[in-house]
Amino acid sequence: MESLTHQAGADGVDMDAIMQQMAEHKGCGTSGGSGKSSCGSSAGPSDMPAEIWEKVKNHPCYSEEAHHHFARMHVAVAPACNIQCNYCNRKYDCANESRPGVVSERLTPEQAAKKVVAVAATIPQMTVLGIAGPGDPLANPAKTFKTFELIAKTAPDIKLCLSTNGLALPEHIDTISKYNIDHVTITINMVDPEVGAKIYPWIFWDHKRIEGVEAARILSENQLRGLEMLTERGILCKVNSVMIPGVNDQHLVEVNKAVKSRGAFLHNIMPLISAPEHGTVFGLTGQRGPTAQELKALQDACEGEMNMMRHCRQCRADAVGLLGEDRSAEFTTDKIMDMEVNYDLESRKAYQAAVEQERVAKVEAKNEEMAALAGEESDVKVLVAVATKGNGLINEHFGHAKEFQIYELSTSGSKFVGHRRVDMYCQGGFGEEDTLGTVIRAINDCHAVFVAKIGGCPKNDLIKAGIEPVDEFAHEFIEKSAISWFKAYLEKVKSGEVSHVARGDAEIRQGALIAE
Amino acid sequence: MAYKIVASQCTSCSACEAECPNMAISEKGGTFVIDPAKCTECIGHFDTAQCVAVCPVDKTCIIDPSYPRYQA
Ligand code: SF4
Ligand code: SF4
Ligand code: SF4
Repeated sequence: MESLTHQAGADGVDMDAIMQQMAEHKGCGTSGGSGKSSCGSSAGPSDMPAEIWEKVKNHPCYSEEAHHHFARMHVAVAPACNIQCNYCNRKYDCANESRPGVVSERLTPEQAAKKVVAVAATIPQMTVLGIAGPGDPLANPAKTFKTFELIAKTAPDIKLCLSTNGLALPEHIDTISKYNIDHVTITINMVDPEVGAKIYPWIFWDHKRIEGVEAARILSENQLRGLEMLTERGILCKVNSVMIPGVNDQHLVEVNKAVKSRGAFLHNIMPLISAPEHGTVFGLTGQRGPTAQELKALQDACEGEMNMMRHCRQCRADAVGLLGEDRSAEFTTDKIMDMEVNYDLESRKAYQAAVEQERVAKVEAKNEEMAALAGEESDVKVLVAVATKGNGLINEHFGHAKEFQIYELSTSGSKFVGHRRVDMYCQGGFGEEDTLGTVIRAINDCHAVFVAKIGGCPKNDLIKAGIEPVDEFAHEFIEKSAISWFKAYLEKVKSGEVSHVARGDAEIRQGALIAE
Repeated sequence: MAYKIVASQCTSCSACEAECPNMAISEKGGTFVIDPAKCTECIGHFDTAQCVAVCPVDKTCIIDPSYPRYQA
């Protein structure tokens, strides 16, 4: 992160080369039409097998819209690992799947299962349980599968998922299939062992430590075979890749091809997060992470699936988070083990049915508002930020918001484009008093911010910064409100009451982008 | 000689525990320890000491010279 400027070459990141590869890549068997690249499966129902699309479209992890209504949870039951990654410091959680420098509480399978069931009994939104680390779930098969087994028994409606480095995937494929695992995430950073040798110093394989190119070759073979085996069995598989400038950045276009052709339905590229204080090999050797621009260029190069992952805020929207600060104290391991949990499947179903209705109502409200926009013609496109606790409503106070949802508005409607975190845990360097400044920098590319409530001071500062605070739509549907605001905005521009000026760029906080 | 674990380096990842062919490794007070009476240096099972090969922190599973060499 030393240099945020666009310096091609200096670190071996040649943007032109990436764009070039991307162009070549898009050339393979383009079928035209949607304007998406059509190598392998892309996100639309048209080029994805129908049964996969069925599974994905309402999936809390993969559907941006469903994501607002449901939550997932991770439990750390699997601390051991069978490989070494240069971006990992095993004192902390697996860097593939969570936030740098964070240690999860390690639980036994019994504790984990009890915790999951207790949380799920309290918050019906909690619908997905993941095992991801620290370590590799499949390097701890007994603990991992015991946890799944216990949860499946008491809470059969919870979807189970796991994230793995893939080395032991073929070996455990039948067990994964037997436990009805909903989806698997494999972290694949290379398909070329020469590249792999720069990322993985060793693996533990067949009772031996194997190093170098040989290690990467074995790892890669198992990852790709594991992916094929998942696809054959109809288990959803997502691939994560960590973008490491100068090591695998250009190569990830190859990886993208390789994983799509083997049936991965989604490829999520995350930036390397690297700092000396993480104590990782890359941290200590000064290997930098990509800039926001570099990351976006690569993601665009593998576009298609990426659309669907814009909502991903790295599992921060976890179920325990939904409990709020005060309530998560009720769910410490000690308390949970003493708790009598009443897992009421029927009331969960009822809740989920109510959510379903709410979602339909939300879509209808948006469509109605869209009708009012029909006929409007304008090139104006603006971004707006929304303070929300979820459910598609503008229901958070400005001052309480830990993140903002960003929507792009144009005459073709509203489009969700991402989250902006403003509560950065690992971003030292700003004190309490500058929190407002941090928020403004994070949403500086927005014309307005929608909130349920806002104090007088921040209101004035926002206006000074050129961002309109909007509280007249408190507790209403986000998209309906945004479209209605946009319509009024267009009218004001037309009548000359305001003149439309483009906003500047915003600060992208990289920490918010790691893992999932 | 048996192997021992340098407690100050151990991350308590538990990887060695599952690999030991003699069930010589267990958790004690937050870190992992090797029972020298059970450790055979993996002789008779594997070519290399499994705990050493799997441990993510170098020089954490080491020979404990206070014990005599294991006799297979
Ligand atoms: S797979 Fe995860 S836990 Fe294992 S070394 Fe890599 S980042 Fe660390
Ligand atoms: S050397 Fe082998 S027998 Fe001894 S503790 Fe390590 S794994 Fe177990
Ligand atoms: S493998 Fe190493 S770090 Fe992990 S528990 Fe054993 S001695 Fe400790």
